[in-house]
Amino acid sequence: MEGTRQTHYFVPDPSYWPLVGAIALFCLGLGAALAINGVALGGGLLVTGASILVYMLFGWFGDVIRESLAGRYHGKEDHSFRWAMGWFIFSEVMFFAAFFGVLFYVRVISVPELGNFSHKLLYPDFEAAWPLSTGPGITAPYEAMSAWGLPAINTLILLSSGVTVTVAHWGLVKGKRGQLAWGLGGTVLLGTLFLVMQGWEYAHALHELNLTFASGAYGMTFYMLTGFHGLHVLLGTVILFVVWMRVLKGHFDAEHHFAFEAAAWYWHFVDVVWLLLFVFVYWL
Amino acid sequence: MAVVTDTEQGHHARPRGWSRWLAATNHKDIGTLYLWFSFTMFLTGGVMALGIRAELFQPGLQFWQPDLFNQLTTLHGLIMVFGAIMPAFTGMANWLLPLMIGAPDMAFARMNNWSFWLLPPAALLLIVSFAVPGGAASAGWTLYAPLSTQMGMGMDLTIFAIHIMGISSIMGSINIIVTILNLRAPGMTLMKMPMFAWASLITAYLIIAVMPVLAGVVTMVLTDRHFGTHFFNAAGGGDPVLYQHVFWFFGHPEVYIMALPAFGIVSHILPTFARKPLFGYASMVYATSSIALLSFMVWAHHMFTTGMPATAQLFFMYATMLIAVPTGVKVFNWIATLWQGSISFETPMLFAIGFVCLFTVGGLSGVTLSVAAVDIQLQDSYYVVAHFHYVLVAGALFSLFAAVYYWFPKMSGRMYSERLGKLHFWWSLVWFNVTFFPMHFLGLAGMPRRIPDYALQFTSFNEIASVGAFCFGLGQLIFLYNILWSLRRGDPAPAKPWEGADTLEWQLPSPAPYHSFVEAPELEVGENGAIRGMKGGVHH
Amino acid sequence: MSLLRAFMVGLTVASTGAHAVQLNLPAPVTEIARDVYDLHTLLLVITAAIFVVVFAVMFYSLFRHRKAAGHKARLFHENTTVEVIWTVIPFLILVGMAWPATRVILDQKSTRGEDMTIKVTGYQWKWRYDYLDEKVGFMSHLATPRTAIENGSAKGDHYLLEVDEPLVVPTGKKVRLLLTANDVIHAWWVPALGIKQDAIPGFVRDTWFKVDQPGIYRGQCAELCGKDHGFMPIVVDARAPADYEQWLAAKKAAAAAGAGDPDKVWSLADLMARGEKAYLQNCVACHQANGKGIPGAFPSLVGTPMVTGDLAAHIDIVLHGSKKNPAMAAWGPQLSDTDLAAIITYERNAWGNNTGQLVQPKDIRAARGGKG
Ligand code: HEA
Ligand code: HEA
Ligand code: HEC
Ligand code: CUA
Ligand SMILES: [Cu+2]
Repeated sequence: MEGTRQTHYFVPDPSYWPLVGAIALFCLGLGAALAINGVALGGGLLVTGASILVYMLFGWFGDVIRESLAGRYHGKEDHSFRWAMGWFIFSEVMFFAAFFGVLFYVRVISVPELGNFSHKLLYPDFEAAWPLSTGPGITAPYEAMSAWGLPAINTLILLSSGVTVTVAHWGLVKGKRGQLAWGLGGTVLLGTLFLVMQGWEYAHALHELNLTFASGAYGMTFYMLTGFHGLHVLLGTVILFVVWMRVLKGHFDAEHHFAFEAAAWYWHFVDVVWLLLFVFVYWL
Repeated sequence: MAVVTDTEQGHHARPRGWSRWLAATNHKDIGTLYLWFSFTMFLTGGVMALGIRAELFQPGLQFWQPDLFNQLTTLHGLIMVFGAIMPAFTGMANWLLPLMIGAPDMAFARMNNWSFWLLPPAALLLIVSFAVPGGAASAGWTLYAPLSTQMGMGMDLTIFAIHIMGISSIMGSINIIVTILNLRAPGMTLMKMPMFAWASLITAYLIIAVMPVLAGVVTMVLTDRHFGTHFFNAAGGGDPVLYQHVFWFFGHPEVYIMALPAFGIVSHILPTFARKPLFGYASMVYATSSIALLSFMVWAHHMFTTGMPATAQLFFMYATMLIAVPTGVKVFNWIATLWQGSISFETPMLFAIGFVCLFTVGGLSGVTLSVAAVDIQLQDSYYVVAHFHYVLVAGALFSLFAAVYYWFPKMSGRMYSERLGKLHFWWSLVWFNVTFFPMHFLGLAGMPRRIPDYALQFTSFNEIASVGAFCFGLGQLIFLYNILWSLRRGDPAPAKPWEGADTLEWQLPSPAPYHSFVEAPELEVGENGAIRGMKGGVHH
Repeated sequence: MSLLRAFMVGLTVASTGAHAVQLNLPAPVTEIARDVYDLHTLLLVITAAIFVVVFAVMFYSLFRHRKAAGHKARLFHENTTVEVIWTVIPFLILVGMAWPATRVILDQKSTRGEDMTIKVTGYQWKWRYDYLDEKVGFMSHLATPRTAIENGSAKGDHYLLEVDEPLVVPTGKKVRLLLTANDVIHAWWVPALGIKQDAIPGFVRDTWFKVDQPGIYRGQCAELCGKDHGFMPIVVDARAPADYEQWLAAKKAAAAAGAGDPDKVWSLADLMARGEKAYLQNCVACHQANGKGIPGAFPSLVGTPMVTGDLAAHIDIVLHGSKKNPAMAAWGPQLSDTDLAAIITYERNAWGNNTGQLVQPKDIRAARGGKG
């Protein structure tokens, strides 16, 4: 399309998928609220909502893939996708920024303040330290996670997965489908490996270190940040898996592969967040 | 590449029946849905406001128990902010942006539908929460922890509703940004495009930057409530004030999310009815951007009484005061736009002028609040309630009325009743001030906000405010009636009913064709989107 | 400045019938409050002037440049000079406001050099005052009867702004307040003193005041703190130092007398009488006078297994609070053994619970593990 200006922009047909998605989120929201409060109906609603959501995602993305294969997307649409993915990732950055902000606030402001002179009035034997070990709400002693065991291995895993996804991209642009397929497959594998390791790490933290979500400022920031990151890894792995399947089915060519790139961008974003986590949650 | 052959079955037909609304991918239909939804929410939130004002008419408990009163206050705030004002601006953006910049539709028409259809379920969750044990959330729209960790299930429903509304507004904003950045017709450059497009672009940016932060902070309330964390609890090393920092990092930009689109709207209406171009277009763009950037640095002016160090108070005070400068630039530019014009006073113009005056009153009381030493007295008093209703009701809401009257002919193909429109304006102007001006005095004299009952010396002004509120509310029925009547019986509207209007949407017939700019026109554009010449552009 | 202030105060308190209609900040009684008052007056004058000037221009234009009057538009749309002017002038005005404000803020923040310290603790929905140097402390509750609030009886002059035990302070002394809270955030606000400070659970914040004239100054909790946020007033009773000393001595004597014999064995009737009073002061807000609570929010205490069955669990939840819901606070630190024994006895025998069981102060002492 270079040279000629695109005069027509793709506008999809009316679609019921959004409405299905709205119903799914309604069931999820209501179901979660009920379930958390121990109302029997809640669990059922949650499962229903999740199933509808999965059904919707299959249907909706199926439509998008069909439109893409039918050649409906051109330069302008592609451009839109790029902007949109960029801004979506920005929103994710802000989401994580909120939790990192909390971590810094707790470490730099609230914990030291609770240990300062004027708070001796309230907590005579509070010791401001990180990881925090004293405090009226910290009932069970715990140990902190060390950075140089599993977390360091996980860092290596994620970094290598960044490499494999790039290798796959090279394969795609050079038309080497084999390299593309194993690069992607490798990335999915490494992502899965990461998740397994993290599950193992959590089991270790819970059972051997007695570190729980309720272990005061350390436990809560640890699980919140690594947990949300883990969810993003899971999502990224699923996306990469879908892209991999499409690759195996012969989708994408050297010019036309934004789904692949979007997945790769997302993956790199998840990578970078991990590096920050590694430094601020595990190491320092 | 043969793009012109890319036509699609069904796309050109106009969908009928339910599926037109439920499955909509047309920006005009989705815009219409947004506008009706937000008006419904405005009435819902308004009825809650009347519940508040009825209770406060006299000292003593008349109608509600204190707990229910707090629920009404909380849900009034949440519904007005997230259900009425924000969706109304998104609806306007949906309707107008493609028409103003020459795009065929929003960039992601199907996702656009999802952004809308997430709102009714979220609203439903909020309203259902009145019926669960313990009732709706009653911690104020700010949901301050640790009070919000004490509530019943209503609080959880509110949190999930906020998550859903957050998803909706982030997707809506991505759509707005991409549409503006990618789908402008040739010739419509960024520094030429209409102020409303600029305002929507910057607002969308703010939304994407802060809604995730709100989602994060309410998630932490959720885990504090149910999963044993101590984010906002000193017992485990957390801090209740931390909640406020994170909330207001969202909350202050949020108030500009409700103000910037209003600035955009007014920057169209004043030039039109002054029959003069907008004064200082470029400085308007820069002022809007500076307001947006500054809005990230002032959040703690809501927290002057939490006891932060003097240096922090000073920093946030100075930064807040600074916002008066770019906002002043906007006000002065508007007045300079009027200066030496040829001014006429149709209903949209009346609301726009009312906006400029009363918004400034709210802005000036904002500057008074920003002075930390004085805010110590006024924080959490009715003075604050007066301040923000001046900027929200006479600001955001009035600008929306102005916009609906102004673009009604383009949207519906009919003229509204000018007589009823003017009545609506004068009625609202008078009763708005009767309702909210006395609240300044109440706050100065020491009446705290969010109380269901008050000491006797506050009686007179509360009575006046309550009478005002009921009359103001009644006046909104004039608006509803005018719209419903004009949709069916109004005189047919010409393509350009306003002599001074010069942006792209007025080049289209009224009502705007269902599919406009299916092929983009070639434009020759002046500042603020003024169309000097146009070639091509296919509609059907 | 003081003349202007007297003028403003006089002007803005117009008397209409029984109640003064107050248009401005209340007459200040401390140095800080006077500073704030004057600063507000300054801001009011400046902002009103801005408003008048700016809108005089606008309305002049709206009137003179009407289309109806045949005015033709002149199509200018830029002028760098005026744009620079109306950027710089507001900036200078702001500097003029920020300058005096900075001074007042620094004064507000210089809390040290105090003559005495009082710890203020916010509870849902009452205040506690502890005179740290004197070992005197007490709770301060709303004194307006419930019937007046529900319009069943007449409302007195100080409706909702009256308490059973005011905070008594000496005049002419710098009083430093250390504020904290027990459950949620409250805010201690007395307008005439010119101070408002949030009381944050788990944290200590401070502020100060020095009253010049004896008098009674009233205020309210200013931070939404739940159901009865509107019903936790503050009354400060400032007395000449000699009067204050007298009050303090009386207070100490009463405290010594009230402690009584910790091993005294009480009769059911005495416990019930004392328990009812303490229940109405502390528990009624949630569990209600009839013990039925508020469904969904606060549980009923009528006939429940906890209240009619296992005594140890009952004492435990009252003493240490609920693990599940922070609204049910730990009452151990707040109430004496005798009061707790009385309340629990009352709960187990009122509203038809009639278990006939007695709880004595020594039982509570035992449940505390012999401590406190
Ligand atoms: C549309 C929404 C909106 C807008 C635009 C604003 C605008 C401003 N607001 Fe407001 N504000 C709210 C909505 C808004 N606010 C809400 C909802 C709350 C309460 C939240 C809650 O607690 O529930 C609040 C609360 C609030 C507080 C906290 C009060 C408290 O709780 O103690 C403060 C304090 O600084 C403040 C300040 C300001 C300032 C300085 C501006 C400025 O942007 C105003 C700038 C405008 C002008 C100044 C007028 C025009 C300028 C000129 C004519 C130039 C010349 C002027 C000078 C030189 C002064 N606002
Ligand atoms: C965003 C926009 C917005 C809008 C438009 C409004 C509109 C109104 N608000 Fe609200 N308000 C807020 C945002 C808004 N408010 C926020 C954020 C808070 C803070 C909440 C908190 O503290 O947490 C607040 C708090 C607030 C309070 C303080 C409550 C308290 O502290 O306890 C009061 C009290 O008077 C009030 C009143 C009103 C009134 C009378 C209107 C009127 O303008 C409403 C007019 C509309 C109608 C009345 C409905 C339409 C009419 C009909 C349905 C017809 C039927 C009518 C009759 C028969 C008369 N509002
Ligand atoms: C701020 C509100 C509040 C106040 C004041 C309050 N309570 Fe409670 N109370 C609660 C709540 C909420 C629960 C439920 C706790 C739970 O679910 O674990 C509760 C539970 C109880 C229970 C257990 C009831 C059962 O059957 O499980 C007892 C006994 C009790 N309170 C006694 C008291 C006494 C005695 C006082 C006063 C000294 C008091 N409460 C004051 C809120 C309050
Ligand atoms: Cu305590 Cu409000
Ligand atoms: Cu703000």
